Amino acid sequence: MATIEEDTERIRSAADSSRVMVEIQAMHKWFGTFHVLKDINLRVTAGERIVICGPSGSGKSTLIRCINRLEVHQQGSIVVDGIELTRDVKNIEQIRSEVGMVFQHFNLFPHLTVLENCTLGPMWVRKLPKDEAEDIALRYLERVQIPEQADKYPGQLSGGQQQRVAIARSLCMQPKIMLFDEPTSALDPEMIKEVLDTMLELAETGMTMLVVTHEMGFARRAADRVIFMDGGEIIEKNAPEPFFNNPQNDRTKLFLSQILSH
Amino acid sequence: MSLPATASPTYPPGQHPDLPPPPGSAGVVGWLRANLFSSVFNTALTFVSVWLIYEFVTAAIDWFVLEAVWEAGSRVDCRKQGDGACWAVIATRVDQFVYGFYPADQRWRPVLTFVLLFPALAPVLFDRTPYRSQLLWFSLAYPALGAWLIHGGLGLPVVDTDAYGGFLLTMILGVTGIVASLPLGILLALGRQSQLLVVRVLCVTFIEVVRGVPLITLLFIASTMLNYFLPPGTNFDLLIRVLIMVTLFAAAYLAEAVRGGLQAISRGQYEAADSLGLSYWKKTWLITLPQALKIAIPGMVNVFIGLYKDSTLVVIIGLLDPLGVARAVLADAKWNGLSNETYLFIALFFFMSCFAMSRYSLWLEGRLSVGDR
Repeated sequence: MATIEEDTERIRSAADSSRVMVEIQAMHKWFGTFHVLKDINLRVTAGERIVICGPSGSGKSTLIRCINRLEVHQQGSIVVDGIELTRDVKNIEQIRSEVGMVFQHFNLFPHLTVLENCTLGPMWVRKLPKDEAEDIALRYLERVQIPEQADKYPGQLSGGQQQRVAIARSLCMQPKIMLFDEPTSALDPEMIKEVLDTMLELAETGMTMLVVTHEMGFARRAADRVIFMDGGEIIEKNAPEPFFNNPQNDRTKLFLSQILSH
Repeated sequence: MSLPATASPTYPPGQHPDLPPPPGSAGVVGWLRANLFSSVFNTALTFVSVWLIYEFVTAAIDWFVLEAVWEAGSRVDCRKQGDGACWAVIATRVDQFVYGFYPADQRWRPVLTFVLLFPALAPVLFDRTPYRSQLLWFSLAYPALGAWLIHGGLGLPVVDTDAYGGFLLTMILGVTGIVASLPLGILLALGRQSQLLVVRVLCVTFIEVVRGVPLITLLFIASTMLNYFLPPGTNFDLLIRVLIMVTLFAAAYLAEAVRGGLQAISRGQYEAADSLGLSYWKKTWLITLPQALKIAIPGMVNVFIGLYKDSTLVVIIGLLDPLGVARAVLADAKWNGLSNETYLFIALFFFMSCFAMSRYSLWLEGRLSVGDR
């Protein structure tokens, strides 16, 4: 059984910047007749942490949901860890098992205990025996610092705890990529920090992460690159320092001035 | 009603202790005051209600028990003995009410089947049944066992289905219908939500057609028209045909109850299951169906109770269910005119069964709501 240190080592050694984890080329998507994503090009290498920000309706959530095919793109290509996303169901299930996702509203399974939430993927997708799955689950619950809640149901936890369980549930699949879709937007202010701390800790292990968030503090501390989207397009991408201190595009400047003015 | 402000001690900020509520606002006294005696009108209403209930209950006890006649040879004989209910009519015909024309020397078979129903149901209905996993094998074997015991063959003398009647027939129709319609209804509900057009259209058509016609129509189809559709010479049992129709009918209604449950689950649940890489059937079996069925329990039990009671409609195509027996009994010149007693007895049987189902569903809802917000 691997310890957290070994696990961290596994991720770190995989964090080889020459290895492309996600490659999106000339990707378009429509909702009906509404052109929601326009000519998206994005390459994410192993170990990279990318924060995607932008006004609501700019397509940032839709973009990361395309990566595990919760949304279907209509044009262009998306390759995840060498596998192209097509209609092939087996392909999709394989990619999903390698890509973890954390949702705004947690989406824990309310009829299962915290532990069962975490063992479900390893047992039914990875086909691990129950005791092994439970070992993994407890390890990650410890990592997000709530092993003592393992036998509770999600409804008995606070929002912040639920979101940390959701992170643990994804990690139990030992994914190569983690997607975060506004993970702190549904939380009370008091609980945002505990989730961000968990994410920061994960970022330090070298996990490949794509994070849609409005938490600019997190972007500054953890991101390798920040991407700004508006109207379905990627307007600007840059390292956090130049992105925040010296934005190039007028739309970016306006957005930053609005969210940073408080 | 506001209480006069009393001088209360002051506490420093953050030090205020939890105090008991004002006297008479909680507990039994508080409940009585709030619910029965909250105003002059309500107090009057309470006394009138108590009086009405008293009058009704005492009259009912008189008729049902104190002045009732339990043994008599005929209706006239009954009336000589007392003014209450004449239960003698039930007592003399109780065998027919329970078994129909099932041969007297073979009646241990349906009795044994009925007794075995409980160990077969217990592990399915109650998740804390001792030895549950072993007993579930028995549950699985029970339908075949029950069919063999009641029908016979393989060493037991065969009893033809037209001899089944009374509550035995009701139980056969009800239990078989419920057990068979549940999986079919779930599959129909899933089919109606399917991404595959052909599956969806087939399921929607089936549900709408079956729901769109009265059960009696289906029973008539079963009893007469089906013979025209089947190849000449095939003749399968009327009871089986009726069972199939009752099952299909209940399944169509169940499908809609289950669909309601499936639609009540948030999209996030489907997405979270998808994002783990679960396949459709695993997602359905592990995530969506358990939640959907829990939501659908009241609707499903509604359908089951309906099915159980609707089984009395088979009297129209000539099967001898309790109502059929009642008809035959009331046609007897000796007992003519005792329809109150006869139908109340049947109603009591149905009420007990349906009330048990209803209570079970409430219990199950409570049991499954562990961890709900």
